[in-house]
Formats: sequence, structure tokens, C-alpha cells
Amino acid sequence: MEVCVCVKRVPMVGGAIALTPDGQAVDTSMSGFTVSPHEECAVEEAVRITERHGGTVTVLTLGPPEAEQQLRDMLALGAGRAVLLATDGTERGPVATAAAITAAVRDRGFDLLLFGNEAADTGGYQVPVRVAHALGLPCVTGIKRLEVTPGAGAAGRLVAGREYRGSLESFELPLPAVVSVKEGINLPRYPSLPGRLRARRASVEVLDPGPAPAEGLRTERLRVPRAPASRARVLGSGAGAVPALVRVLDDLGVLR
Amino acid sequence: MTVLCLIETEPGGASEASLRALGMAAGLAERSGEALAAAWFGPPGAVPPGDLAARGTRLGYALAPAGPGGYAPRAWARALVHLSARLPDGAGAGPVSAVMAAATDRGSEVLAHAGAITGLPVAANCVAVTRAGPGELRLTRQRWAGSLLEDAVLRASPALLTVAADAVPPADAVPPADAVPPADAVPPADAVPPADAVPPADAVRPAGAVRGAGPSRGPGAQPEAAPAPGTAESVRVQVVEQAVEAADLAVRASESEQRRDGVSLATARVVVGGGRGVGGPEGFAVLEELASLLGGAVGVSRVVTSQGWRPHNQQVGQTGTKITPDVYLACGISGAIQHMAGCQGAKTIIAVNTDPGAPIVAKADYAVIGDLHEVLPALVAALRERAGGP
Ligand SMILES: Cc1cc2nc3c(=O)[nH]c(=O)nc-3n(C[C@H](O)[C@H](O)[C@H](O)COP(=O)(O)OP(=O)(O)OC[C@H]3O[C@@H](n4cnc5c(N)ncnc54)[C@H](O)[C@@H]3O)c2cc1C
Ligand SMILES: Nc1ncnc2c1ncn2[C@@H]1O[C@H](COP(=O)(O)O)[C@@H](O)[C@H]1O
Repeated sequence: MEVCVCVKRVPMVGGAIALTPDGQAVDTSMSGFTVSPHEECAVEEAVRITERHGGTVTVLTLGPPEAEQQLRDMLALGAGRAVLLATDGTERGPVATAAAITAAVRDRGFDLLLFGNEAADTGGYQVPVRVAHALGLPCVTGIKRLEVTPGAGAAGRLVAGREYRGSLESFELPLPAVVSVKEGINLPRYPSLPGRLRARRASVEVLDPGPAPAEGLRTERLRVPRAPASRARVLGSGAGAVPALVRVLDDLGVLR
Repeated sequence: MTVLCLIETEPGGASEASLRALGMAAGLAERSGEALAAAWFGPPGAVPPGDLAARGTRLGYALAPAGPGGYAPRAWARALVHLSARLPDGAGAGPVSAVMAAATDRGSEVLAHAGAITGLPVAANCVAVTRAGPGELRLTRQRWAGSLLEDAVLRASPALLTVAADAVPPADAVPPADAVPPADAVPPADAVPPADAVPPADAVRPAGAVRGAGPSRGPGAQPEAAPAPGTAESVRVQVVEQAVEAADLAVRASESEQRRDGVSLATARVVVGGGRGVGGPEGFAVLEELASLLGGAVGVSRVVTSQGWRPHNQQVGQTGTKITPDVYLACGISGAIQHMAGCQGAKTIIAVNTDPGAPIVAKADYAVIGDLHEVLPALVAALRERAGGP
């Protein structure tokens, strides 16, 4: 099984999100970077599939040269190869991103392309579907349960499940296929020490995705939604606050 | 011009998320003087006409892609694209300027396929949208699950949009009944052409595939005075069979197996939340006890699930569940934006935290400063005593 997983470098924001003065981007001067938990789970799923059925996991990202770090993080989790489609750091929209990914994976003979359900920052909910259409592959999104049965060539298939109104619906797809997954499909492992060493030494294939085409959806500016002014009423400290806490719960009508 | 909204149905009618999306579609249609149409997959009666009328919708399309039934993402998208390319018997509604759907798993997936089929952009998780000009919308959409907003211009015909779950309060989104644009004011019965006059948009299927199916009038009904807009009688539902490609049906949902849950996290009235401050899996016993005393559910932060202390279906946040309880008691949780993205819908947030400077303390309505291992057992004891228990 040759599996490709697409991941996106995003800022790691904590208690508050800050913007650059021109309102065009998240201020990352104080933050680290990561990938979406959905994508980390996609990598874990891919590693488990190749552990069971053999083959290699390739991780791929479109992003600035610094995104090499996120590829190495994924190599440490067990991916074997890494491809960086290096940009000048300008954000590309989902249409352009899907086009660049499609061109890069087209002739590599992957049996399975895994994605996160949505990018953590821009949340476009569409790159995997666009890639699937461009490659003429079947596709399903939001998957939380995946079972792959490789076969000789086109005979392989997968069964993918997800929640639908509190129950489980499942889809059967022939391989090769495109699947996007959600956190919860598995519990990703922590990178092992040998894994981290291997990831540091591994080579990353760097490709030029070409210039970014114009997007039909043009961002004008970003805004932090108006947060309610600090309004927590401190009820007290320690167990001494419990009588006040009980009164509040009673007033809110949740005590029976 | 017409705004077309995809409705997801459930046994009782339209889903709440879809009614919200329809409310936002109604707002767009009203402000730009466009008609509003709704489409769903299933029988014509799957959506009560009253629900449509209350939001100013007078045109309903009950879609049935040819082939086996059940949810098939690409087939649904293909049928929606065909419908939006030409509304069969649109009663003067005009071409479709925008296609909207709720940003649910299915809504997001279908619109992504529609975007891929047409090569058009999709704006996901919109919270506001207005017309800026012909073929151009000005919109606000969520990033980071709502922790950040993006103002953007979408230039595309039709515009493809999904509507964030928390975009519009469901009931307040209802436009006044007289807001129905004049273009749509033709008495429906007069406007029904012979059934075979309008071939399906894709023209693959032979004519005759479009049937008027107004729930309140048969095909031979006499023209009568136009029913008042905003009433169930004003809604005309047509059954439209759309041909799709065989490959579109290759991926289909198969029968779902029912899961049994206790109090569902997403709908619990009270959620007792636990984060890294709980300290380990054993620490959750008191949270469980408290949740059961309050008839609620336990919710957790991502640190808790990635440590394996609790299962992921209890995670609240951007990559977990969005909760809307009356009270969220967040214990030992710092209040990272990705966590808050999942609990912003709580009516009241109460934080229990040792650190008065934790972000959650600023974001909550009430706070108790202290060790949860001290506060929670005392709270459980107080509630038991109140209930007259041991
Ligand atoms: C793309 C992305 C998506 C994410 N999605 C989610 C998500 O869906 N849900 C989610 O929760 N997180 C999510 N996260 C992670 C998030 O950024 C935080 O890392 C996480 O929410 C922190 O969990 P926490 O508050 O339990 O831990 P911490 O941030 O470590 O906070 C622990 C808190 O407990 C307090 N505390 C410690 N001991 C005690 C005690 N004895 N009594 C009382 N208080 C105590 C501390 O003062 C502190 O405030 C996501 C991150 C990314 C990058
Ligand atoms: N720049 C990128 N590089 C690699 N993969 C990406 C990129 N952007 C999006 N993806 C993948 O596509 C998924 C969905 O992204 P989106 O449609 O933008 O929400 C993400 O979870 C990633 O798996």
C-alpha cells in the first residue's frame, strides 16, 4: 500500500488570537506551528495501514520552506517520505491548493490519499474532494473509522465510516481512493526516539508548485470576533466558594 | 435571480441546521430582491410547506437522482448542479445566483463536490452574506471554527456557500411574509406548464421527468386566487428526477447502525468539563458523579483525549464536539481558543481553575479560584446534602 497524506502548516494559537496590523494574517511572531489534529490522525492511520499491509507513507505539504519542520514531525510519527511544494508563504486558496497537490501526486501511483477533514486555520472543507475529482478517484470525507483491504491492483477496497445523527453510516470505495478523516479515528502515538532521529536525517523532496492562480474567493481582511469583556464574577476560592456556587447553579435552574 | 438552499431532511422534516441555512438564504434573497427556492432529496412531503413558507420560500424541489436511493455525495452534488443550471418550471424565478447548504458533514461534502464539478469556488462556514453586485457576494465566514472571522468577496455564478451552524438564531431569522419578491408573485397554478414542456437541465433523461407535485393541488387543479404569501398553501413543490453519471453513484452511504449513548454531549443541558488539571484518568470519577447528579454529561479538553484519559467522543472544541448547554462547568481547563470554539454556545460558563490569570477565567461568566480536587468533592457533598441524600 502506497499511502500519501497531505498536511498543512498552521500557527499554534493558544488563549487568544492576534492579527498583523493590516488585518491580513494571524500574527505568528509569538506562536509555534503545527498541523491539524485531523491530519495528525491521518498520518497515524496511514502508518497503521502500512504496518499491517506493507508499503510506504509519503507526507506532502504545500507551504513555505519552513513547513519542512511539519513534514519532519510527521516523519517522526512513522512516515517514510516527505514532499514539500515550496511557496513564498502567500496563502493559496483551496482551488489552487488542490491543483498543486493534484499535479504533484498524479503519477506517483498512490493507492490511497488521506487528508484532514478541514484545514485548522482556513477551514475550506474541500481540498480532498477537488483532488479526487481532478484525479477521477472516489472520495469520502469526515471519516472516523477506516478499514482497508488491499488487493491485486484495482481489486483493493476500503470501508469508511462516520457519524450521522448519532448513528454510523458507512461507505465502500474501490482503491485507489481519497479519504479525509477526523480526529478520534485513532489515538496518534508519540514520536519515538529512533523515529525522531530518523526524521532529522531524512531528506525532503522539494518541488516548485508554480505560480498561484487567482482565486474566486478573495479575502479582504480578518477580524477577531468581539469577545465579551472580561465578565467572570469570582465566586470565591477553594471549597469556601461552594455555597455561592450552589446558589448560582440553583438560580440558573439546573439543580433538581 | 434565485437563491437555492439545500435542505437535509430527518423524520420530522427539515433539520434545524438546514432551517438556519434557509434563514440566511432568505435574508440574502430578501435584501437583493431575489426569489428563494429550497431543494431536498426525498419525497415532496419530506419538508412541511409551512417551514418553507415561514421563511419566504415558495418553490420547493424534491430531488430524486436516478438510481438507487440513499445518500451519495457526488450524485447529490450533480443533481444540485443540474438543478441550479436551470430551475425546471421556475415560475419566473430566474437563474440561480447562489446555492447554499448547512455546514454539516453532508452539506459541506455536497457543496465541495459541487465546487469540484463546476470548478467554482466554495465559501465554507459563512455567518453573513449580502449581494455586492451581479455575480458578486460580500460575505463573512468563520476560520479556526469561529475563533476568527474573514471578510471576503466571492465572485462566481452561482456562488456556492455553506452556512455555519451558529450563523443565525433559527426562529429570529424568519423574514416577514411580505418580503417575497414580486418576480415570484405569479399565481403558481397558472405558471405550471405542461409537464413535458421543460426537459431536465441535463437533458440526458427523457422529457417527462419533471412533474408538478404541489401538495395541495392535483395536476388538473383549477387556477384560483393566489394564496397569501407566507402560508403553506403558497408553496409549490415539484418532483425533479435528475440523471446523474454512473460514477456519481459509486460512493453511497449504506445502512447505519444505531449507537446507544447516555446523555448526549452535544445536547446535554449541563456539561461538566475536565482538562489537564484533572491530572489523570482516576480524577474523572468525581466529574462523572457531578455530571450524573446534575443530569448532564462529561466533556473534556484535547489534552485529556490525547493522553488517552478519556475517549475522543467526549472532546469539546474545534476538532471535537460543539456543545450548547445551559451551564458549562469547566474544571482545570485553560480556555484555549480551540476549546472555546466548542463551548461558545453555552449559556453560562463557570470556570474552576487554580490560576486566576487563565484565559478561561476572563471568558467565563463565573469563576471559582481553586483546586478542582478540593472544590468538586465539596460541591458533590453539598448537592447530595441538598437532595437529602447521604
Ligand atoms: C488545530 C487545533 C485544534 C484543537 N482542537 C481542540 C479541541 O477540539 N478541544 C480542545 O480542548 N483543545 C483543542 N486544541 C488544543 C488546545 O490548543 C489546547 O492545547 C487544549 O485545549 C489545552 O487543554 P487544557 O486546557 O486541558 O490544558 P492546559 O492548557 O494545560 O490547561 C490546564 C489548566 O488547568 C489548570 N489547573 C491545573 N491544575 C489544576 C487543579 N488542580 N485545579 C484546577 N485547575 C487546575 C491550569 O491552571 C490550566 O489553566 C486544538 C489545538 C489545535 C492546534
Ligand atoms: N497547503 C496544504 N498542503 C497540504 N495539504 C493541504 C493544504 N491545505 C489543505 N490541505 C489538506 O486538505 C485538507 C482540507 O483542507 P481545506 O479544504 O483547505 O479545509 C487538510 O486537512 C489537509 O489535509
